[in-house]
Amino acid sequence: MNLHEFLVSPAETAQRHGPHDRIVMSSRVRLARNLRSAAFPGWAKKPERVKILEMIRPAVESLPEMKGAFSEAMDNLGALDKQILVERHLISREHAAKSSGSGLVLNREESFCVMINEEDHLRMQALRPGLQLRQAWGAIDHLDSDLEKKLDYAFDGELGYLTACPTNLGTGIRVSAMLHLPGLVLGEQINPIIQSVNKLGLAVRGLYGEGTEALGNVFQVSNQMTLGETETSIVERLEKVLAQIIEHEENARQTLLEKKPKVVFNHIGRAYGILANAHSISSKETMNLLSLMRLGVDMGLFPGAERSLVDELFILTQPAHLQKQFSDKLSAEERDLLRADMVRERLKNVSRPVTKPTPPNTGN
Amino acid sequence: MCSICKEKPATIFLSNISAENKKVDMDLCDACAKAKGVDDPAALLIASADLMLGLGASLEVEQSVGANLKCPRCGFTQADFKKSGRLGCPECYRTFAEGLAGLLKTMHKGTRHVGKAPEALRATRENADRLKTLQAKLAKAIKDENYEQAAQVRDEIKQLTGRPSPTHLPK
Repeated sequence: MNLHEFLVSPAETAQRHGPHDRIVMSSRVRLARNLRSAAFPGWAKKPERVKILEMIRPAVESLPEMKGAFSEAMDNLGALDKQILVERHLISREHAAKSSGSGLVLNREESFCVMINEEDHLRMQALRPGLQLRQAWGAIDHLDSDLEKKLDYAFDGELGYLTACPTNLGTGIRVSAMLHLPGLVLGEQINPIIQSVNKLGLAVRGLYGEGTEALGNVFQVSNQMTLGETETSIVERLEKVLAQIIEHEENARQTLLEKKPKVVFNHIGRAYGILANAHSISSKETMNLLSLMRLGVDMGLFPGAERSLVDELFILTQPAHLQKQFSDKLSAEERDLLRADMVRERLKNVSRPVTKPTPPNTGN
Repeated sequence: MCSICKEKPATIFLSNISAENKKVDMDLCDACAKAKGVDDPAALLIASADLMLGLGASLEVEQSVGANLKCPRCGFTQADFKKSGRLGCPECYRTFAEGLAGLLKTMHKGTRHVGKAPEALRATRENADRLKTLQAKLAKAIKDENYEQAAQVRDEIKQLTGRPSPTHLPK
């Protein structure tokens, strides 16, 4: 089966709900693991990497969680498919750059995705919609315990799980949540928040992770330290910080509506105006405007419109997803035209925003 | 102004505390940051340790264990680590242990793993911990000349290890 047939459709993905998904778009826990007797992927020569992949892939495929999974060597995936996986946040940009000797196993529900020979032999992740860090940790812990019976992990009594980069040593865990924070950005409170989160030893990154900008007001918050603290304590620490960020974001939205309604209506009205009428629009502009529309939906300014429509467009308008819908290879300019056509068409039945908020018909 | 090329304006500002507890600032321009690998977060930690501590952390490694140190298992060298910020294989952690210790201290909450362990090792780990406690108890009992308790603890140790305790009671 090809990847495109396997992946859950953007419409369906946008319908997935989880706790606090007004603000927390998704939760993720990933574990880094390595085999005791092999060089790390960055240092191993190609034949060794291929051997490692051949050893790990069947072990992962045989897990009960991976029944009916999509499993493929990276060299069998085209550049477009790899980019689609990045846009869906299923693999890292680093992994998309890999080819021979690396692989991917993704389960049907897209709740588990295992990267083989990324920076470590194994980067396994559990993904959940909304704020579900505990559940994601429980799920990946279980998968890891199943897998350790089949593979000989590199583990040291003192240092824990041994990883290619010392920054991942010990638990090999990265717990992260993707947050939509337009209120804090509009209210110009985002920088102090980022700074105080950084002070707590947590990292704040952009939409696609390390070294990327916060397109569409989407931020990733994750732990940085992995040694000297238990997994549960890391999860709990992040949960506490996220609860505070959620509260700040809700307060910022409330304050904006009370103190600067015109600013809010202006931003959201203009975003709608451009999205609903543009004939050429870049991916970056689309994401930033969709973020404002999403805020408008959350504030009840688009009666009848659902957040899932915005979330679906958020996926569909990204470059690789857009390209996938057309058979000819598109230039960036052509993509901008077709993107604008698609967004106009999809917003055809959405009326312009009201200025008297009504409770939204989605969310929790 | 960039502290390395002293030409271009700095865009990245690093500060750190040196080994002598002094604050050291380092300003870098884009090009020099890239050359030093500072645009990569993992390499950043190592590069900054390198830049800051007067080439401290990694120099320390070189002095104490020799720049030519090479992992006997995978052939990875100290220089390779400085370049990529990654190690070559699991064995490298033993090979470069001395130099890594300082780096781990700056990077993490602690230097000892306290989280999950593979099931097979979990039992051994617990046993090792228990053995340590019992041996301490035995030593104390002997010191206190509480031979009755000492004999009891010795039996517990025997049971745990399946063989006689290496610590002998004084005759």
